[in-house]
Amino acid sequence: MEDEAFSNISGKAISLDCQTHSSFCREFTVSSPKMSIGKVMVYTCSVWLLAYAVFFFTENTAVLSSAILITLTGMMLHIHFVKVDHESLLVIGSLGIQVSSSYASGREVTTFIEMSRIKDIVINEAVYLNQIIYYLCVLLKEPSEPNVVSSVVPLFQSSKPRLNCLAKVYESCQEILSKCQ
Amino acid sequence: MVLKIFFPQCCNRAESGLLVGRWISGHDSAVVLAVIHYPFIPAQVKQYIQQMQAQSRVDLTVLGSWSLPKDGQEGMESFLRDLSTIFPQERWLQIRRQFGKTGFSCEVLSRDQICGKNPGEKAEKKKKKSEEDGGDAEREDEEKVIFVHYEQRKVMLSQLHPVEAQESGNGSEPNSELRQVFGTVARSQPLFVLDRYDDGPLRSTHWQSEGREASIVVELLKRASVPLGLLLGRMLSVWTWICSARILSVFPLRFLFSKLSTCVQLSYRTERLQTLGAPQAAPQAAAHMDFMRKANVLVSVLLDVSLGVLLMSWLYRDQNIAMLASNMVPAADRVAQKLEELLQWLMGAPAGLKMNRALDQVLGRFFLYHIHLWISYIHLMAPFIQGILWYGGLSACLGLTFALSLLSDMVALFTFHIYCFYVYGARLYCLKIYGLSSLWRLFRGKKWNVLRQRVDSCSYDLDQLFIGTLLFTILLFLLPTTALYYLVFTLLRLVVVLFQGVLHLSVDFINSFPLFAMALRICRPYRLAEGVKFRVLCEEPGTALHLLMEINPLKCSSVVQTYRTPTYSCYPRDSWVALVKKLFIGELIYPWRHKTTKSD
Repeated sequence: MEDEAFSNISGKAISLDCQTHSSFCREFTVSSPKMSIGKVMVYTCSVWLLAYAVFFFTENTAVLSSAILITLTGMMLHIHFVKVDHESLLVIGSLGIQVSSSYASGREVTTFIEMSRIKDIVINEAVYLNQIIYYLCVLLKEPSEPNVVSSVVPLFQSSKPRLNCLAKVYESCQEILSKCQ
Repeated sequence: MVLKIFFPQCCNRAESGLLVGRWISGHDSAVVLAVIHYPFIPAQVKQYIQQMQAQSRVDLTVLGSWSLPKDGQEGMESFLRDLSTIFPQERWLQIRRQFGKTGFSCEVLSRDQICGKNPGEKAEKKKKKSEEDGGDAEREDEEKVIFVHYEQRKVMLSQLHPVEAQESGNGSEPNSELRQVFGTVARSQPLFVLDRYDDGPLRSTHWQSEGREASIVVELLKRASVPLGLLLGRMLSVWTWICSARILSVFPLRFLFSKLSTCVQLSYRTERLQTLGAPQAAPQAAAHMDFMRKANVLVSVLLDVSLGVLLMSWLYRDQNIAMLASNMVPAADRVAQKLEELLQWLMGAPAGLKMNRALDQVLGRFFLYHIHLWISYIHLMAPFIQGILWYGGLSACLGLTFALSLLSDMVALFTFHIYCFYVYGARLYCLKIYGLSSLWRLFRGKKWNVLRQRVDSCSYDLDQLFIGTLLFTILLFLLPTTALYYLVFTLLRLVVVLFQGVLHLSVDFINSFPLFAMALRICRPYRLAEGVKFRVLCEEPGTALHLLMEINPLKCSSVVQTYRTPTYSCYPRDSWVALVKKLFIGELIYPWRHKTTKSD
């Protein structure tokens, strides 16, 4: 059903995948833009050129091998801890909301928020450097104090989709939430 | 509302029978715990459930019926439906599996439906009606149920974090639905004892129905640990009796003990071992924390002792001790020689600076005499060093931490001269700084008001001003000489403190690292749960939504944070800025743990 093109706040293309498992269970997956090969090349080349310049003056081959090690481990750490491949939001009516983000290496970080702790889902506005961006967030409450927002969980933090994409997710989330109240 | 049914995975292929479990009040959900199989006598089932209820303190009920179609059991459906009149409930679940479908289908009958005139007929009618209405109505009806499949064994053994202190002990249920599910499964352990080898009248399916899970090694260890524990407890009580003797709490001994890191470590270890023998806490959540704490202490003590024995086996082999002892005196000599050279350099014109010659000479000679004293002390000690090392090495059998603490103490004793130099330098410097700061106030016509804790203006006499200014000038011109000595000896002292700090940190690390919890997190990730995660299972049109509940293991960092054993040095340390400030105004810094400063 998804043919519309979405973009994130910096203008790169992202895709929104919306799966309806049943009338009260939906899953939204936002895939971030892929890592560009040019960027990887630039970083690798700059580290290697620097290493070669140092080698030229010191004539110590350990510099070159350590540069190779640094680039390799840096790349591994990057895809394991930094680069998010896709983020998904699973809304299950009357049970809760599950937020998960999977990294490029396959690592997955998942949090499940129970329905008794969810106050609402809203779209917020935030000042981000020189622009104003919108983001979707879950408002949490403590079961003992149902009228106070105790904390806020921002969604789609790494892909940062634009408002048209957020509005779509927001509408379907609200539909499920209102049905299960 | 949507009805949620938590269904154990092991009951997927169970034979037809009754579902035993619990309704969770306020959340509209049911936890299925076991399936009791078909031939049974209802009175026996009721008696069994009452018995289990008394044992587990969970209000177990018969939730409904479960049917798995098999050949030659056509009449089963209507029979199971009739059962609802035998076990009266608010709601009656009928869960069915069908041939060729992976999903279940579920019907919920409320009480008035059951207690109608002809319950069987009515249900039949309803079913017929839904069939006539076509797919849509049926789907509407069935989509109101979510099946959440869980792995019973893992859920039973796991502990949700953060651990809530007042859980289940005083009958108050936790608010969260998942906590209730986890608590219900964990508390209904007596239900899982019945297995297929039992001769009782009932047969049931749950995670343990193929045979009980136990380990021979664990049972043997349990048996063996009783006399061992008794012996250890007796030894510990004798040791604490010795420790509490009055002669040890006389002033100088006590002061000495609080400064020697070996003694501190000894008292810490005694305290930890005493907690092992403490009685178990009653409520469930507290019991978990208590168990984890004890296990962590035990495992870290065992690891410590084994590392210590390794160290001992290295020390007492190939004359290693003699070699160390013979190296130690020349090393001390070399340090003293270097210090003498340093002092000679300072007494000349260090780095081209021109110092006050007289003060420079006085200070230098003073320190040289000190080094001379020190060297004679070392040479006096030399014959005994090997013996000290030999007996000190024996302490490693108590653990690596003891050996490290002893090393730290020995370093402190062997570098006592450096400490002395530092103290003299720092005191002199401190005096000058204080004098200068008060005279600078006099210079500006101000003074420090002690009563009001502030600087007031003040009119001085001419004599006072003259003497003050003179003293200020003298102090100011003598300051560089003192500052230079202070700087050099502070640097030396910092090196020693840094070394001792590293030793203390490693001792602290061994003492406080929750090794057992970490091993549990790595080998059995489900035991320490941070929460759960859901996955959508099969989707077939016409069946209810099926979710798989998996356990989300706790992060390693939060494992360390939660289960870290509190140690004696968990104080808020001085920040770097405070340390630098202290160094600048010449206050003394200590590596000792009971003081609030430490340079690491």
